[in-house]
Amino acid sequence: MSSRDVILNRVRRALVGGPDGAPDLDAAVDRSYLVEHGARSVEETVDLLAENLADYRAIVHRTDLDGLAELLARLLAERGARSVVVPPGLPSGWLEGADPVRVHDLEASTAQDLDAVDSVVTGCAVAVAETGTLVLDGSPDQGRRRITLVPDHHICVVRVPDQVVSSVPQALRRLDPARPLTWISGPSATSDIELDRVEGVHGPRTLEVVLVTGSPEGHGC
Amino acid sequence: MSGTFVGMPSFPEAAHDAVRDATLRANLRHATHTIRAKRAKAVAELDDWAELREAGRQIKDHTLRHLDTYLPRLEESVVRAGGTVHWAADADEANRIVTGLVQATGEREVVKVKSMATQEIGLNEALAAEGITAYETDLAELIVQLGDDRPSHILVPAIHRNRGEIRDIFARTMSEWGRPAPEDLTDTPAELAEAARLHLREKFLRAKVGISGANFMVADTGTLVVVESEGNGRMCLTLPETLISVVGIEKLVPSWQDLEVFLQTLPRSSTAERMNPYTSMWTGTTDGDGPQAFHLVLLDNGRTDTLADEVGRQALRCIRCSACLNVCPVYERAGGHAYGSVYPGPIGAILSPQLRGTESEIDASLPYASSLCGACYEVCPVAIDIPEVLVHLRERVVQGGPATRRGKKVTLRPAKGHAAERAAMRAAGLAFAHPGALAFGQRIAARTRRFHPRRLPGPGRAWSDSRAVPEMPAEPFRDWWQRTRGTGTGEKGGAK
Repeated sequence: MSSRDVILNRVRRALVGGPDGAPDLDAAVDRSYLVEHGARSVEETVDLLAENLADYRAIVHRTDLDGLAELLARLLAERGARSVVVPPGLPSGWLEGADPVRVHDLEASTAQDLDAVDSVVTGCAVAVAETGTLVLDGSPDQGRRRITLVPDHHICVVRVPDQVVSSVPQALRRLDPARPLTWISGPSATSDIELDRVEGVHGPRTLEVVLVTGSPEGHGC
Repeated sequence: MSGTFVGMPSFPEAAHDAVRDATLRANLRHATHTIRAKRAKAVAELDDWAELREAGRQIKDHTLRHLDTYLPRLEESVVRAGGTVHWAADADEANRIVTGLVQATGEREVVKVKSMATQEIGLNEALAAEGITAYETDLAELIVQLGDDRPSHILVPAIHRNRGEIRDIFARTMSEWGRPAPEDLTDTPAELAEAARLHLREKFLRAKVGISGANFMVADTGTLVVVESEGNGRMCLTLPETLISVVGIEKLVPSWQDLEVFLQTLPRSSTAERMNPYTSMWTGTTDGDGPQAFHLVLLDNGRTDTLADEVGRQALRCIRCSACLNVCPVYERAGGHAYGSVYPGPIGAILSPQLRGTESEIDASLPYASSLCGACYEVCPVAIDIPEVLVHLRERVVQGGPATRRGKKVTLRPAKGHAAERAAMRAAGLAFAHPGALAFGQRIAARTRRFHPRRLPGPGRAWSDSRAVPEMPAEPFRDWWQRTRGTGTGEKGGAK
């Protein structure tokens, strides 16, 4: 007998006397918990996102679409970045005027190649206000998971308000489980020394978030 | 069952040494008190905490009651998404599977995400026996591995170490494993984190095989979820070519929507954050992004035996947040090592004796590693009634009775060393059934009270080591009642 059968038989014996027939998840779970916490206007939701991002040490900037390229150029310059990874589908205008060398993420690029790059600029799939979370889903404006992991400086552009939701339940409804998802809430951190939070371990130690208004495409949601 | 922690002394013995270690007690007190206050605040932010907790309980219970439906559904989803599923009935089988998978890649080293399941089965030791080096990449696991130590907390395995001790371990041992610690390393947490970053980066960048556990598996979609803080998880889950995830069969949830409950309750319960810095979700493999070979090893190792126990099975709801450790007065004083298992604290006291059986000295003593104060139940985000299971397991230890071991029904014999307790209970049963005998005994006890020892003799000695023997009143209550209100006169407050 295979171990699969062994385990499933053990499960069935353990459950003798339990409910028969097909499971009915909806009947079993009372989902009377809240879909979002508190009533907020759209502006207030965006403000809450900014507040919670900052609370976990992300650096938050705001601009409109016309000022985006200039802001990104300035942030990269202030960081002293010499090179920046560009996801394949990043809107072409975003890095207009930025000085650093553009590094395109190629299939053949190794992790070591990425380790030599200073910064990365991406879009996002959805942002969660209540928790201060950005979710990346590997869409062309975000690229492969590794490009937002190895460089030490990540600038993530969020189109507000259309990419912003209030809560975790709302975020999950917008996301496709088939895509590789990365939820990011502030820069890399640890609580492993005396259970006290310290920022900066293996992921990008600086996370900058640009909340941009006036998005023309309503992309990603 | 697992290779680790074999031959551990019983909990009271191990705890006896631990409570005398002033550094350990100070480290634990500082850490647990820090997190307690923060957790309470993070939980208070959500008005619907009680509803989320109840929904979490219901989802897990429902899944466990239909595991025979949901496990095959998960398997189908993972395979459809490009993964391979393996089934491991026990630790040895899981270790054999993983070792074989690593050998098939030709690699001699792997990077690991912190995982309770692989700790439980002693995977690192099994890999080492075949000449494969496993690098722990979680900061606390790294501290434990470099210090040749054992984990003492579910979330923060090095909680028993303070910053000064961590500095010393890094300075002394990092060079033996790879890049040495910086010459002038101090004990500030930021510098220690930086040292870990530098030490591990070369390993991440060259790793070809990653090994992880998972916090959740979604049956409908085949998605696995790893919740973490440092980014070491992301490194191990995305940079290697091959990913092997070893996951207990109880980590399952039925639907994608179910994650909305646990992604709210887990971070707040464990690190007291609204959301942990990084959560990775992957479904099989994705062309051009992340590992191109994904293996899921589904682990039983005592879980189905636990499932067979109608009271004890609620322990399988656990999402490993460790809130129960952080509030437990016994854990705070005794520390994690005394529990003799990778699962310490209140949850460990009910999980280890069920996964491993109550036959060993340590496992038979674990249900007693509690004052039954109930703080663990109160903070548990999936409402595991830990005191209920503790009492249930105490009964099993003392009286023996039916249980399931490796899928077979067995009848356990009463444990040794509880003869006095059983005799006392039988005597109490007899006395309470015979009022005359009880009254006689009480009178004798009251009259001889001057001669009662302050510490009990014989098998009662250990009990009175840390407790005062109750003082006997000069007159039994029944006699007093008879004398003052007695003999059926029916006056005010009368008993008749």
